[in-house]
Amino acid sequence: MSAAVIPPPILDVHDVTVAYQHKQVLWDVDLTLDHPHLVGIIGPNGAGKSTLLKAILGLVPLASGTVKILGKPLASQRHLVGYVPQRESVDWDFPISVLDTVLLGTYGRLGWFRRPGRKERELAFDCLKQVGLEDYARRQIGQLSGGQQQRVFLARALAQQAEIYFMDEPMAGVDAATERVIFDLLRSLRESGKTVFVVHHDLRTVRDYFDYVVLLNLRLVASGPTEEVFTPDKLQAAYGGRLSILDAAAEALRTREAAHDHL
Amino acid sequence: MITYNTLIVLVGTSLLGASAGLVGSFAVLRRRSLTGDALAHAALPGLCVAFMVVGERSLPAMLFGAFLSGLLGIGVISALRRWTRIKEDTAIGIVLSVFFGAGIVLSRCIQNTPGTGSKAGLDSYILGKTAGMIFQDVVLIGGLAAFCLVILLLFYKEFRVISFDPNFARVQGWPAVSLDLLLMSLIAVAVVIGLPAVGVVLMASLLILPGASARFWTDELDYLLTLATLFGMLTGGIGTLISTWFSLLPAGPIIVLTGTAFFLLSLFFAPRRGVLARWWTAYHVQRRLARDKALVVLHDLSEPAWPESSVWSLDELSRRKSWKPGVLRNLLQRLAIEGLVEVNVAGGYRLTAEGWKIAGYLARNQRLWQLILSEHAEWSGFIANLEQTDVKQCVPAEFHAQLDRELREKQKYPKVLESAP
Repeated sequence: MSAAVIPPPILDVHDVTVAYQHKQVLWDVDLTLDHPHLVGIIGPNGAGKSTLLKAILGLVPLASGTVKILGKPLASQRHLVGYVPQRESVDWDFPISVLDTVLLGTYGRLGWFRRPGRKERELAFDCLKQVGLEDYARRQIGQLSGGQQQRVFLARALAQQAEIYFMDEPMAGVDAATERVIFDLLRSLRESGKTVFVVHHDLRTVRDYFDYVVLLNLRLVASGPTEEVFTPDKLQAAYGGRLSILDAAAEALRTREAAHDHL
Repeated sequence: MITYNTLIVLVGTSLLGASAGLVGSFAVLRRRSLTGDALAHAALPGLCVAFMVVGERSLPAMLFGAFLSGLLGIGVISALRRWTRIKEDTAIGIVLSVFFGAGIVLSRCIQNTPGTGSKAGLDSYILGKTAGMIFQDVVLIGGLAAFCLVILLLFYKEFRVISFDPNFARVQGWPAVSLDLLLMSLIAVAVVIGLPAVGVVLMASLLILPGASARFWTDELDYLLTLATLFGMLTGGIGTLISTWFSLLPAGPIIVLTGTAFFLLSLFFAPRRGVLARWWTAYHVQRRLARDKALVVLHDLSEPAWPESSVWSLDELSRRKSWKPGVLRNLLQRLAIEGLVEVNVAGGYRLTAEGWKIAGYLARNQRLWQLILSEHAEWSGFIANLEQTDVKQCVPAEFHAQLDRELREKQKYPKVLESAP
């Protein structure tokens, strides 16, 4: 009898605890994702959603636990990882053009000292096209609107040509057109077999966007396919008594069901 | 008349200005300008200690000491920020004053030592002195400047990504801390070679001013670095020339004032980012908005009578839109010069055929924006900047067509455009 070859899980977060100074912001999180999904990371403010992302990406030190990406530690899998940080995390007045910002995505693959060449430029331009900003390639990044800046970050992540993408609130404060572009991109990434983790705050759109949900509130409340996890009782467990938010979610569920009845 | 000595000093200060401008740009871009200042002040005690150890005035040894204690100062700042509750600005303030104070005490101790003290010339390191520069110094400065340039060219791509987005760089696997340390070391090298000429007190301005000036002229990092290098070089060179001509003036402050002149020129006269250019653009945007508004008001008032062109007096117009009569008269006169408005003998104004066309177009544009804001608020993010007020340029074509249809359904489509082909 030979052992069946089981492919390693896409992401394996084991017993991860993160503490800033004396405050523990993530408690013993265990999370395993076996197959590609569009994953929404959901939870109330201060639940540690961004911290979980940063812990997986090695941007905050772990107090305990391990993270494996496709069976190996991050250090040897960086070429498989794409990252979209929060928009506020950089200085948009920095002297860099839109195309050059996207080009930063190719730096990881280039390695030390090699400069991006024609191939990389073409790739970057192609990624800009995918987010509909090819006309803005030569602009300085500060001249774009907030939604357009967010799309530049997405294009940069696309230029990383990763297998697993981590996006920190890409839809926070963007216009409708940008949200649509992001949504379409998530879909096409999913269709080509990639996995995308998205920190998301808008409960109304969770069901439309994600087929897998991670519910977080300092600890892992639940994770699994959206229809199993995005339920009133599990949301109650994550959000506690924050009723207004729950009401919004309930409202979203109702309109969903009403829409389904009409179909 | 430039003597051999002046030429030596000129080459030396130009080179040190160039390297300070080049690496200082990164300090400016990373919002670490004050860290550069702290580094310069923190170099003084190292200089003194090196002199005490070597026992004579040896430039390489003293500069090496300055380099080490400058980096130590930066290390203390990072440590205070990381392991205590002290904020960065406080940490910088503490390091700057404590190290500088210690340096002054040490230099007095050395100067009060009989025999060697007076030969140290440590006072010149506080406010700078270019006159004493000799050929060997220039070779040293040139070598270190070339070293900075080579390192920056080698690591250009890496420095660019950690400067713009350090977290993204770390996810890609770049060793952000080591690269940061390398960049800080380069800044320390630039400080150290500038110290003898400009002094610890004013060194920071040579790091900061060229980069800050260059930022006004360009939005591209490579041009910015080139320009900052050039500005730094000219600052050092011109400052030296001026201080030679008026030989009573100290070189350091004159060099700094020269840098300030470049900065002020850039601040006011740079195209697009300069104060005057911004003021000029704002003035024109205001002027165009006022003109467009006057046309739209005339259009909206006259529309019911279309195709007749009704006549409006200045009083009626200013009552309706609370314009000051003087401002309104000015606007209308300008429109008359453009041929969009006619004035009759009684002082009444009305739209010409050309005026109708343009005013109709502007009125439609304004009504489209109102429609977007009142019924399609989710598209309001498309109002990205004031330069682009044309709806057609801002939203996708199919949405624009839909808006046009909605405007027609509401019977708000300008009549003058309805009949035009």
